[in-house]
Amino acid sequence: MMSAEPAEPRPVSVDGPGALGLDLLLVPPRARSGWRVLPARVAAMCVVELQKLRHDRTELYTRAVQPALWLLIFGETFTRIRAIPTGGIPYLDYLAPGIIAQSAMFIAIFYGIMIIWERDAGVLTKLLVTPTPRAALVTGKAFAAGVKALIQAVVVVVIAAALGVSLTWNPLRLIGVAAVVILGSAFFSCLSMTIAGIVLTRDRLMGVGQAITMPLFFASNALYPVAIMPDWLRAVSTINPLSYQVDALRGLLLGTPSHLPLDFVVLIAAAAIGITAASCLLGRLAR
Amino acid sequence: MSDDAQTVADPGTTAGEAARDAVTCSDLSYSFGQVKAVDGLDLSVASGEIFGLLGPNGAGKSTVIRCVTTLLPVPSGMVRVFGHDAARERMAVRRLLGYVPQQLSADASLTGRENVALFARLFDVSRRERAARVTEALEAVGLADAADRMAGTYSGGMVRRLELAQALISAPRLLMLDEPTIGLDPIARTSVWEHIMAVRAATGMTVLVTTHYMDEAEQYCDRVALMHQGRIRALGTPDQLVADLRARRDDGSTPTLEDVFRDVAGSGLDEEGGEFRDVRRTRRTASRVG
Ligand SMILES: Nc1ncnc2c1ncn2[C@@H]1O[C@H](COP(=O)(O)OP(=O)(O)O)[C@@H](O)[C@H]1O
Ligand SMILES: [Mg+2]
Repeated sequence: MMSAEPAEPRPVSVDGPGALGLDLLLVPPRARSGWRVLPARVAAMCVVELQKLRHDRTELYTRAVQPALWLLIFGETFTRIRAIPTGGIPYLDYLAPGIIAQSAMFIAIFYGIMIIWERDAGVLTKLLVTPTPRAALVTGKAFAAGVKALIQAVVVVVIAAALGVSLTWNPLRLIGVAAVVILGSAFFSCLSMTIAGIVLTRDRLMGVGQAITMPLFFASNALYPVAIMPDWLRAVSTINPLSYQVDALRGLLLGTPSHLPLDFVVLIAAAAIGITAASCLLGRLAR
Repeated sequence: MSDDAQTVADPGTTAGEAARDAVTCSDLSYSFGQVKAVDGLDLSVASGEIFGLLGPNGAGKSTVIRCVTTLLPVPSGMVRVFGHDAARERMAVRRLLGYVPQQLSADASLTGRENVALFARLFDVSRRERAARVTEALEAVGLADAADRMAGTYSGGMVRRLELAQALISAPRLLMLDEPTIGLDPIARTSVWEHIMAVRAATGMTVLVTTHYMDEAEQYCDRVALMHQGRIRALGTPDQLVADLRARRDDGSTPTLEDVFRDVAGSGLDEEGGEFRDVRRTRRTASRVG
């Protein structure tokens, strides 16, 4: 009863392509190849992020509340108490780069968590069937997180400047600041994408995400210098990329002594490791 | 009756077969832990036909589709798309196919146009051509007027047509649709199918579609495969399958494709009919639509 022979396909309509006006859709696009694929995919992901931000800016404002409170309450108070040795600058100034890094980190970690939503909504599935290698997809996401965090960072910088923090306006240094924010965000978004690839479910990821953000923040030099930390905390801070991000931001924005070359090396390496780990685990989210 | 539903791969003709067939699966198996979702499946879809993969929830249809789209690895057996090995030449395979997954999925926080433009970028449509091409794809699925609305405001049928536009943007030679009408109301179902048929008439592309609506398969597919518990139980044109069953029953009644299904799947169909997980997934899709 079964026929293994394919039947004649139904006759194609005599109207031809013109009927639907599909002329353009008859020719496949010329495929990019080699090194050109990666920047194209990163650009595509970043464009999507900017489009979303243009449609809905609420998140930009709501996410500015927390850093503003940190600067306003914590910063102003501790500037008065002078309890934390900052190397001669007002505590508010000392704190500002830490808060920029913190808000960028929160956004990046949450952005990475969103990949589980995208998976559950079927959006990720379709991205995985485009000619985009997994590493390019993850890199695109990582840089899109960076773009989002960077725009948030601009908001925090403006708040800090309004509170009287004396920041640099040297364009070269500001480009450096942008690079640092993007690299840090790339790492933290990949961190949460990696965890997403391990825990696989929304609830577990939310739990883990919440559990790691505050410790990452407190176990860094964002609020206080490494010098006053207990030894164990200093050890954690040394392996925490956030510390290097804050150090670089302080050096660039305030001109305080810092270790810029080391900071950049660590941030680039961390981002590369994060992208590799997340790409390796991304396939688990497709199953 | 022959139990042999496979197109036996004769080594002498593989090159010819590969060139003619849009999809060939040979001895494909896939398991999720203990659950054997696909169990030694052989399938070939000829270039240019509309091929329906039919079966109840949990039959393994989506798993087959996801193996062909390179979403899942091919742990055993072989899958080829226009001669390209889906396990080894993933990028080449992805460039040849347009995929609409079972779940309704458009990015709700982007407009329809932006949703399609993203796929244009991801398939390397040149900047010069992008805007015109995106507009053409949106027109082809009847979404030109709604193109600049947020996709979050679309109805279920509109989301499906938007997904069709996304899949068409790269001029695929093979369109893979996983339950394109699941959870849609009858009018939206017809509209989605009409757009699929119009596009296919205009482009001549091969269409591989899964569904558990037998009536749709009967109406729109050139050939169908009836799948149950990870295996193909019958293969042929809808008319042929129905005629064969009528001849075998020989009681003057006119069976439907659904009767053919009951016949080949044996008992067990009613009791099993998909696990809780599948039912829940279907409901979720349905509620997103409503
Ligand atoms: N991600 C998954 N994890 C575990 N089991 C799965 C998964 N996806 C599907 N299955 C199981 O595999 C079998 C086939 O599923 P599927 O291919 O989705 O069937 P269909 O698309 O025909 O409804 C079912 O028993 C289903 O429960
Ligand atoms: Mg399915």
